[in-house]
Amino acid sequence: MSAGPLLEVDGLEVAYGDVQVIWGISFTVSRGEIVTLIGPNGAGKTTTLRALSGLLAPRAGRIRFGGAEVAGRPAHEIVRLGMIQIPEGRKLWPRMTVEENLLLGAFAPRARGMARQQLDRVYALFPRLKARLRQLAGTLSGGEQQMCAIGRGLMSEPELLMFDEPSLGLAPLLVDELFARIADIARQGVTILLVEQKVAHTLEIADRGYILETGRTVLSGTGEELRENEYVQRSYLGAT
Amino acid sequence: MTDLLVVEGLTRHFGGLAAVTDLHFQVKEGEIFGIIGPNGAGKTTAFSMIAGSLKPSRGSIRFRGQEIAAWPSHRVVHLGICRTHQIPRPFTDMTVHENVEVGFRYGGRRTAPRGPVTTEIERLLEFTALSAWADTTAGALPTGNRKRLELARALATDPVLLLCDEICGGLNSAETQAMLALLRRLREAGVTILYIEHDMRAVMGICDRIMVLNYGEKLAEGTPHDIQHDEGVIEAYLGRRASIRSAGGVERRA
Repeated sequence: MSAGPLLEVDGLEVAYGDVQVIWGISFTVSRGEIVTLIGPNGAGKTTTLRALSGLLAPRAGRIRFGGAEVAGRPAHEIVRLGMIQIPEGRKLWPRMTVEENLLLGAFAPRARGMARQQLDRVYALFPRLKARLRQLAGTLSGGEQQMCAIGRGLMSEPELLMFDEPSLGLAPLLVDELFARIADIARQGVTILLVEQKVAHTLEIADRGYILETGRTVLSGTGEELRENEYVQRSYLGAT
Repeated sequence: MTDLLVVEGLTRHFGGLAAVTDLHFQVKEGEIFGIIGPNGAGKTTAFSMIAGSLKPSRGSIRFRGQEIAAWPSHRVVHLGICRTHQIPRPFTDMTVHENVEVGFRYGGRRTAPRGPVTTEIERLLEFTALSAWADTTAGALPTGNRKRLELARALATDPVLLLCDEICGGLNSAETQAMLALLRRLREAGVTILYIEHDMRAVMGICDRIMVLNYGEKLAEGTPHDIQHDEGVIEAYLGRRASIRSAGGVERRA
């Protein structure tokens, strides 16, 4: 393993057809860190994650994971390397049970052997899923589907776990729990890249963050620096 | 204020699971009535029954005195009740303008207009700050705009009662404030709003009354102030931290 950052993004540009959305962003994520990308809707956060996951081919720039170039490689290869995204909007298999959905998260060879233990961890995090393990995922409530999608991502023995709006649809008590658990996951050695609109929560657990606006990085710093930053407070923390 | 919507004994089972049990509540004309509760408490199920997309197992739903329980959703919409979805469901291959047009043509209380409705659509797109996106394919919209399109599509049906399901979910604080401003303007224009949301600052700041569901049953009902200080609600739903946070948010507004 190289000594550099686990993930190194350099000059990334992404476009949908003729419409360029990402204009040369660069950032790094070191092993064990929680790094967040913050920005208004439309800034390009989800697009960035999709490019990292291999769901979109970048127009330019480099994405190095564990020292290897992964830009433009297909999603299934990237998953095998241990780079896992939990997508926004859940995207479960609605006619399969909760447990089947979770087990499919452990489909990659690196994760298959650990499936049973991971399942117990997911159930400890979301007891609600355990109570419904034989229920079809499509019949879960919105928030429960979100729990199932997060659980499925955790099943994959990720080295880098990328979250896109994990708190979406979760009740306040669970949101607090979710962020505490993301911090736990990081402490267990999983590196985290977090995209979230709950900026106050996010900056409490993030080691570092980057502010993205209209496809460019406009500010970066440690979680605390960003929390104290006047611009961040005004634009993202609802200070008046 | 008179009751616009009266729900009595509303119940829905999924197999052996009771998603909503014997629910009673009234929504007054012109108010914003919030429904909150833990995940899986039955909030969206209750919504779906009111909107006609899900048949109740039992119970009564009266809108302006008329029984509408088990009505199909198109009749409910034509009567003046329209909902938005937690995860927006636009026609992804149609433009923003076309998406709103569908609401005008087929969802309204009046018979479908045959002539042009361009002016009305443009007015709605302006209201929801989507004018610049009118010709964009809905599938290409980022979250914030999708949420506003979801609202615009519902408004195109000219609702008397608007059901909003987590319309601020996934929005940042500035976008949330903008969305809440739209809801306030709608209320001023006479629209009654039934509102599901987990963002406590949003709920506490905008709702006249709030009902809390837990395991498909009503746990509490009252003003935002009552709800924030209800021990049962704090324990089941808010948590100490969120309750302090949202209380702070309300104080700041005052």
